[in-house]
Amino acid sequence: MLLIHGDETQEAKSTPAEDAALMAEYGAFHEGLATAGAFVDGARLQPTATATTVRVKNGDTVTTDGPFAETKEQLGGYYIIEVPNLDAALAWAAKVPSAKHGSVEVRPVWEMGAE
Amino acid sequence: MFRAEYGALLAALARRTGGDLIAAEDALSEAFAAATEQWTANGVPDVPDVPAAWVLGVARRRLVDGARRARAVVDGHERAHAIETRAEDEVDHEFLLAKDSLPTDDDRLRLVFTCCHPALEIDARIALTLNTLGGLRAHEIARAFLVGDATMAQRLVRAKTKIRAAGIPFAVPPEDVVPERLAAVLRVVYLIFNAGNGAGAGDGVERQGLVRDALRLARLLVEMLPDDGEVAGLLALLLLTDARSMARTDTSGELVLLPDQDRSLWDRDLIDAGRREVERALVLSSGAPGPYALQAAIAAVHADAERASDTDWAQIVALYEVLERVEPTPVVALNHAVAVAEIDGPAAGLARVDALEAAGELDRYLYLHATRADLLRRLGRPADARAAYSRAIELADDPVERRFLVRRVAELDRE
Repeated sequence: MLLIHGDETQEAKSTPAEDAALMAEYGAFHEGLATAGAFVDGARLQPTATATTVRVKNGDTVTTDGPFAETKEQLGGYYIIEVPNLDAALAWAAKVPSAKHGSVEVRPVWEMGAE
Repeated sequence: MFRAEYGALLAALARRTGGDLIAAEDALSEAFAAATEQWTANGVPDVPDVPAAWVLGVARRRLVDGARRARAVVDGHERAHAIETRAEDEVDHEFLLAKDSLPTDDDRLRLVFTCCHPALEIDARIALTLNTLGGLRAHEIARAFLVGDATMAQRLVRAKTKIRAAGIPFAVPPEDVVPERLAAVLRVVYLIFNAGNGAGAGDGVERQGLVRDALRLARLLVEMLPDDGEVAGLLALLLLTDARSMARTDTSGELVLLPDQDRSLWDRDLIDAGRREVERALVLSSGAPGPYALQAAIAAVHADAERASDTDWAQIVALYEVLERVEPTPVVALNHAVAVAEIDGPAAGLARVDALEAAGELDRYLYLHATRADLLRRLGRPADARAAYSRAIELADDPVERRFLVRRVAELDRE
């Protein structure tokens, strides 16, 4: 799984032309993944201003506005890819357009039935 | 007999397990136990390579058996299945044709890149490399790095578990990342050497062991990557540095700096070997030597000087200028400043060191303050020198270095 983190306040400042360029880059990235047969799933997330967090404590549901944690970089989207090993995943991670501005965390998914 | 062969055998097995080091190690230690039993009774087979092939054959059988057992317990267990399909088709005829089943350099190369993968933290890379390729046990590595046995064992298990869970491949990395990954491998070997080569007496035996292990790993890398200038450069640097080890402390174990060393104690064979590697490194890097080749070249210039006063400082300054371009770090700049002081005088050197001190990055670096102190002493500013020495003494963890600095202050008081 590729978890894409970036600074939302910077992203909010981008011009429409920059947005369009980024979308085009993501289009190409997506096509590359699909062509290689590596794409499983992926999505862009709405900004953290739209986030709501739920916790259940002693049986009571506590709902708070905002993200799970206030951090400098926020989770902005994700891809789930199917690749043979970490090096292959890292190569895709480096190609994520937002890696140039933010960061991409690579995490293996816990496979059901294994280990 | 086994330490020398251990890494190669483990590497060959790790290829069968798809990089699962834990499974490979279990099979190997069972095979060693079987070998010990067999050979205690019948004697070690007196044919080259046969003992290694025998151990490998038994270990591969264990992998197959283990996979069968695991499959019986959890039907469709993916990892076990992968191990079995990889191992089963090869084990029988390879076991019989012992000669062909010997480990290859490729396997060892895969192993070293796996152990030095940037997804692992640096301490884990060092421990893992010593453990797998070097054949050291957890408690031996623990003693050399002054951490508890349990801590080290845990560090190793955690690293091996991450390799498996994160899918760190058992492979030579893709070509476009090889330079970065190779640099990480060389750094691990360099850090192992440094840990063994520290000035402190520490536990002498373990420390010397680390120097030997680092040299062995560096030679192994040269065998595996004979055309790489930086690999040759690293081996050269280690050889030339190790050549001076006898002269670096006096008979009572006190530190002796380069200009005051008894150069007749330098090991000529190591210097000759190091010089050959430097030349090879410079040829291989074809006009663009990397940081290890350059540091080795500097060490070679020192080795060429019969007396400290014969040192070709102009050459050394020129090499540092190139090194600072290739590796623009404050530590390189500090060493450059020391060389400049030898040519243009201590004031010129001090100007550079003061600039580094103002930048603040090396504030907790003992050698910045020790160097400053020495330059101030040579410029006839004993009060400033004393202040710089006391800052250096504050930062000295190593008792030998601390005593050296305290001696320097005492000399200052006498002058």
